[in-house]
Amino acid sequence: MFSHSYHLMVRIKLVSRLPPVNDHAGEGNILTAIRPAVEAKGVTRIFRGTGQDSVRALDNVSVAIRENEFFTLLGPSGCGKTTLLRLIAGFDYPTDGEIQLYGQDIAPLPPFKRPVNTVFQSYALFPHMTVAENIGFGLKMLGKPKAEIEARVDAMLKLVHMQELKNRRTSQISGGQQQRVALARALAPQPKVLLLDEPLSALDYKLRKEMQIELKRLQHETGITFIFVTHDQEEALTMSDRIAVMSAGNILQVGTPWDVYDHPAERFVADFIGETNFLTGMVESAGNGQARIALRSGAKICATAAAGFRAGGNATLMVRPEHAKLVKGRGDLTGTIETIVYFGTDTHIHVRLDEGDVFMVRQQNSRSASCGFENGDKVGISIGDDAAQVLKD
Amino acid sequence: MANRFDVRRQNGFVSVAMLCFFLLYLPIATLVVYAFNDNDSVVIWKGFSLRWFHIAWNNALVIESSIRSFQIAAVAAVLATITATMAALATTRTKPYPGLTLKYAFINQPLMVPEIVTAVALLIVFSRIKIWTGYSGLGYLVAAHTAFCIPFAYLPIRARLESMDLSLETAAADLYATKWKTFRHVTLPLLWPGILAGLMLAFVVSLDDVVITEFVKSGGQDTLPTYMLGQLRRTVTPEVNAISTAFLVLSIGIVTAFFFISRKRT
Amino acid sequence: MATAREVAEKAERDDIRSRWLLSTPALLIVFLAALGPLLIVVVYSFLTPGNYGDVKWQFSTDPWVSVLFERDVFDDTLSFATAYLSIFWRSVSLSLATTLLTLILGFPTAYFIATRPDHRRDIWLFLITIPFWTNLLIRTFAMQQVLRNDGIVNSVLQLLGITDHPVQLMYTNFAVLAGMVYVFLPLMVLPLYASMEKIDFRLVEAGYDLYATRFQVLRRIIIPLVTPGIVAGSILVFIPSLGAYVTPRVLGGGTNLMIGNLIELQFGQGRNWPLGAALSITLMAIVMMALLFYVRNTTRSDGAHG
Repeated sequence: MFSHSYHLMVRIKLVSRLPPVNDHAGEGNILTAIRPAVEAKGVTRIFRGTGQDSVRALDNVSVAIRENEFFTLLGPSGCGKTTLLRLIAGFDYPTDGEIQLYGQDIAPLPPFKRPVNTVFQSYALFPHMTVAENIGFGLKMLGKPKAEIEARVDAMLKLVHMQELKNRRTSQISGGQQQRVALARALAPQPKVLLLDEPLSALDYKLRKEMQIELKRLQHETGITFIFVTHDQEEALTMSDRIAVMSAGNILQVGTPWDVYDHPAERFVADFIGETNFLTGMVESAGNGQARIALRSGAKICATAAAGFRAGGNATLMVRPEHAKLVKGRGDLTGTIETIVYFGTDTHIHVRLDEGDVFMVRQQNSRSASCGFENGDKVGISIGDDAAQVLKD
Repeated sequence: MANRFDVRRQNGFVSVAMLCFFLLYLPIATLVVYAFNDNDSVVIWKGFSLRWFHIAWNNALVIESSIRSFQIAAVAAVLATITATMAALATTRTKPYPGLTLKYAFINQPLMVPEIVTAVALLIVFSRIKIWTGYSGLGYLVAAHTAFCIPFAYLPIRARLESMDLSLETAAADLYATKWKTFRHVTLPLLWPGILAGLMLAFVVSLDDVVITEFVKSGGQDTLPTYMLGQLRRTVTPEVNAISTAFLVLSIGIVTAFFFISRKRT
Repeated sequence: MATAREVAEKAERDDIRSRWLLSTPALLIVFLAALGPLLIVVVYSFLTPGNYGDVKWQFSTDPWVSVLFERDVFDDTLSFATAYLSIFWRSVSLSLATTLLTLILGFPTAYFIATRPDHRRDIWLFLITIPFWTNLLIRTFAMQQVLRNDGIVNSVLQLLGITDHPVQLMYTNFAVLAGMVYVFLPLMVLPLYASMEKIDFRLVEAGYDLYATRFQVLRRIIIPLVTPGIVAGSILVFIPSLGAYVTPRVLGGGTNLMIGNLIELQFGQGRNWPLGAALSITLMAIVMMALLFYVRNTTRSDGAHG
């Protein structure tokens, strides 16, 4: 459920400082000039199962991750995001393709030869060591002198606000604190890239929110490239500079949170991120990034559209619930209200369209008035010129 | 006032359990009590005395066979634990590979075969080797004990390895530890309780053995249990009780120590 | 430079090689001092007994024939070897009885331990395992002192006036049975406890909520849940009972032999090693059948859960 939608919308707009980029058509864009820290080139990973069945966890994936960016791999479980992360870390080898770190292919290197560190989903803190020993482990393995290790451990403890718990065992600290130790441990050797494998999934809601902000702060302070894996679209939207949306071993779209939310490249992306109404219709005219769509109800709507849609073809339209408006009388669509769900910040109104589908409209609440509609009301839905987008299926 | 309904209760179970504990400890208690009997026979209680302990202590055969028992148990337990640790590392935390099932079957084989059968088999083979080589030292007993101790050492070590979080070693590799350093700094320290349990199990199992030792030993190679088995053929004096009691105290001491150490750790 | 794929393949090969290297010492020891000799026992069971023990290297099926049959001294006809068969029968029936009795005693005990509060459970479990850690011979010897004519059992019986002269308990099947139950009881309690510990008592609550009586809860909920433990415990008790040697020797005297003692006789006074070998293989075959039953049973119950 996408309940904190309004706040989220505001935050997305604040957080995504970068202007929208369409990476698929991103030739010559100023941002691609920034050199990539990590680049996957045509990476395929096939897991051989028993007998004939083998799983193509990654299918010819290419993606460039820029230096100093907070990059998120987002997708449902089994989409290949963790596999890609493990390939970058060196816990697994690609069946085909290259993983480049600053232009050098690191795919054949074992993990201990890669200047890349990982924060594990389970934290994987060494239970037989203290907090300080955990944090200093990487430096010790690198053979750094004792004094340097100690200084660095202290600095790290300070960075994650854990100085008092230095000599505790990792079993004697809370989940949130373990999370911080895991972060400090991975950051201590000053890796070129930090990999985070769903690190917040074990925390409760409030702590998760805190850690999201904490992670943004750490990334900002250390200037290290973060690659963050999550299945939580809300988390991805609030934290990332850019997001790669993955499904079934492929990257469907790479873009800023604003991009993937408001300009999804495909139906899957639109469906996976946030709540969406889908409408089908026919393209009447197209061109100049705009299209005019004739809906089944007969109404005609203007929508943004990528190149490639031609008049006469079928089209899927997407309309975010907060971009549609409920009106008394006729709108672009008409229907009957089925359910009204109150969410505190806003109200979700489910309308059964005359054609039979359900369309959801989200209305901002105010303190004084109710939403103004009741179950069974005949209503119209008006869709603004900027609200709809034509999608590839 | 009515008692709260206890869903865990089953009628009569507590009584049977108490009976069970009573029956388990009655013979041991009898044995220990009569070890302190100041009489030549085990039968009639004449009064408290430590005299049988003195006699046992001064019995060269008892001391000699005790020392031999411990020597064999120590060497066999250490050998079995080292090889079992290696085998456990080789057979856990991997996807199936050719030969894995065979290894399981091999290592656990001594557990599946009745002791008397193994004993007979070893008698046949070792008696041949004794004739061929002329060697008739403790090596045979050590080899036999090591072999049947291996599965006992292997099981707790394997259990420990399997419950170990694989991501810990992945994390070590991620933090620049080579394979060997990962083993030394992460795997081995975490495996240590399992190794200790395996070692203790192997040691106790080796000390416990009568049947295989009885068949494999050459003349004059009695361990304490085979010496006692020989004593049981004639009229027993409380000396056997005294030896048994000492032995009991020792085993229980080892187990209790281990129990409390492992409780503290977890 | 090698590609990632080559590196991965090499790593996998190295891994398997090092796994073989690591397991070699254990495999070698077990092969030399346990498994290998067993194969030789099979060979010996087809040879001719030597005059003073050991064997003559002469092929013969006689040992196997004499496991089941007796050759008449006068007319060479074969008849069933009733002496051996009765020993086999005694072994199997005593082992079954031991298994059943340990189950009857062990089930409530394991249940009792499993239903104690966490911190006290450890102590009860420890009390069960102590006898388990003490020498088997010592425990058997302790049982002997309890069962003898002037032992504690007879004393109590006479004190209660149930009998006025000592009842002969030692050197009977009863003594062997009592000894084996005593010695193998912990082997039953431990696996039972292990599976009872995992019982989700909300299921029991659900049972009572749905009008089950205590007995019905036991029969319909608890016992089905701990069946794997019952099977494991039964196997753990049955197999060593069948191969028991020390207990029947100490408590059964010379007359109440079990297979283990019969085998030993062939290597001692009997001086018929091939027959001893054939009897050993027979004993092993019975054990293997029991294990097979166990494996089939556990895989079936696993299938039912998954």
